[in-house]
Amino acid sequence: MPTEFKNRDIISITDLSKSDILHILKVAEDLKKKPRPDLLKGNIMASCFFENSTRTRLSFETAMLRLGGNVTGFSNADVTSIKKGETLYDTIKIIGQYVDVIALRHPLEGAAKLASEATDKPIINGGDGANQHPTQTLLDLFTIRECQKKLTDLKIALVGDLKYGRTVHSLAQALVHFGVRLYLIAPNVLQMPNHILDTLKLSGIKFSMHENMESIINKVDIIYMTRIQEERFTDKIEYERLKDSFILKTEHLKKVQNSMRIMHPLPRVNEISPDVDKTKHAYYFEQAKNGLFVRQAILGLLLGKLN
Amino acid sequence: MTIQNKKLLVSAIKDGTVIDRIESGNALKVIHFLNIIDSEKIITVGLNLPSKVMGKKDLVKIENLELTTKQINDLAILAPNATINIIKKYKVIKKFKAEIPDYIHNIVTCPNPKCITNNENIITKFDIINKKNPIKIKCNYCEKIFEQNDILNYKHT
Ligand SMILES: [Zn+2]
Repeated sequence: MPTEFKNRDIISITDLSKSDILHILKVAEDLKKKPRPDLLKGNIMASCFFENSTRTRLSFETAMLRLGGNVTGFSNADVTSIKKGETLYDTIKIIGQYVDVIALRHPLEGAAKLASEATDKPIINGGDGANQHPTQTLLDLFTIRECQKKLTDLKIALVGDLKYGRTVHSLAQALVHFGVRLYLIAPNVLQMPNHILDTLKLSGIKFSMHENMESIINKVDIIYMTRIQEERFTDKIEYERLKDSFILKTEHLKKVQNSMRIMHPLPRVNEISPDVDKTKHAYYFEQAKNGLFVRQAILGLLLGKLN
Repeated sequence: MTIQNKKLLVSAIKDGTVIDRIESGNALKVIHFLNIIDSEKIITVGLNLPSKVMGKKDLVKIENLELTTKQINDLAILAPNATINIIKKYKVIKKFKAEIPDYIHNIVTCPNPKCITNNENIITKFDIINKKNPIKIKCNYCEKIFEQNDILNYKHT
């Protein structure tokens, strides 16, 4: 049984049990099939974006509006006045008195946890620095299940910057519930950090590490691409040597499984070449759209309007 | 060093506490951590003393002070091998080891500069996720995991 969601905070993917996760996905699936335009009438969400992320903010705000709720808030442009000394704690305590639920994005790690201590209203973490972004992870899981019709017994390749990529850390932490086989494909200097590998080992998840995707791509169900940033390399020659092996092109796709799907948290720079978009394997735009339903599900659950 | 001398080193105060088997180099941190430097208590410090088990060790003697259990357990994160001797009338009346607690509040600052706890004035909270060597702690806020060596600053008790 999932834990009661009413008035809960969604801070970290590690706070959610397997049944919590499955329940959110189920509710999101229902909302994708059958919209509920009046569900949150009379409720107000504050979107407090101390750091710009236009897509995430619009996704949260649209989710609230699609359920008939209202939205207030601010984004980074307005933050200068707040920066004049007021603490995050005080800011959230005050805003919590105005609204019913708060979606928060902040550049510092642990900000969402602190915010949850400042108010009784539910906090949804929309990203706290390099730490967590649980709604992204949930929409990733939703998308994997949608395109593969299941979450278990899948072969999933995580590709790109696995060392610094918050998205792939959280996704790997969540996938431990589902007995998948993971292929971790990254330059050696950007491989998955040890504490995540420890979690995988502890959960009995099978994984292997690789420096290029050619040998792996034909056997997986999902390729999850992420961006490699040049700034991460101290050695520029190393970057030049490796950058092209992490760009997905149509020619890579000749022998892949028919049902293989490509995901990406977006925005992409050049790691998926645009001609891949036209193939049946491209699923990243659908993935971005799914964020809307997952966030609707969370809002409905936290506000006690869905069970 | 003879056994006689060694004994003297530990028990040569009348009443108080001897913290023995501190990792070499950490004695001054222990004193700072216990916030006793301005207490006008007489403090004796031994640095780099020979130790059969540890090779080298530090030792701190504080006269007329009996540490509380909480102080002792909080100390465990900084001096996990320490033995605490309570001295009354030149005799060791109690001898025990610090016990590493399940969590520590307001004991260390988070080594992650991007952690919210380093930017707002709040009590730090860590879960101790590995009590054996290497001791590992996890910040309740930024969720990062650190080993004892990563800890840069201890707060006063
Ligand atoms: Zn921290």
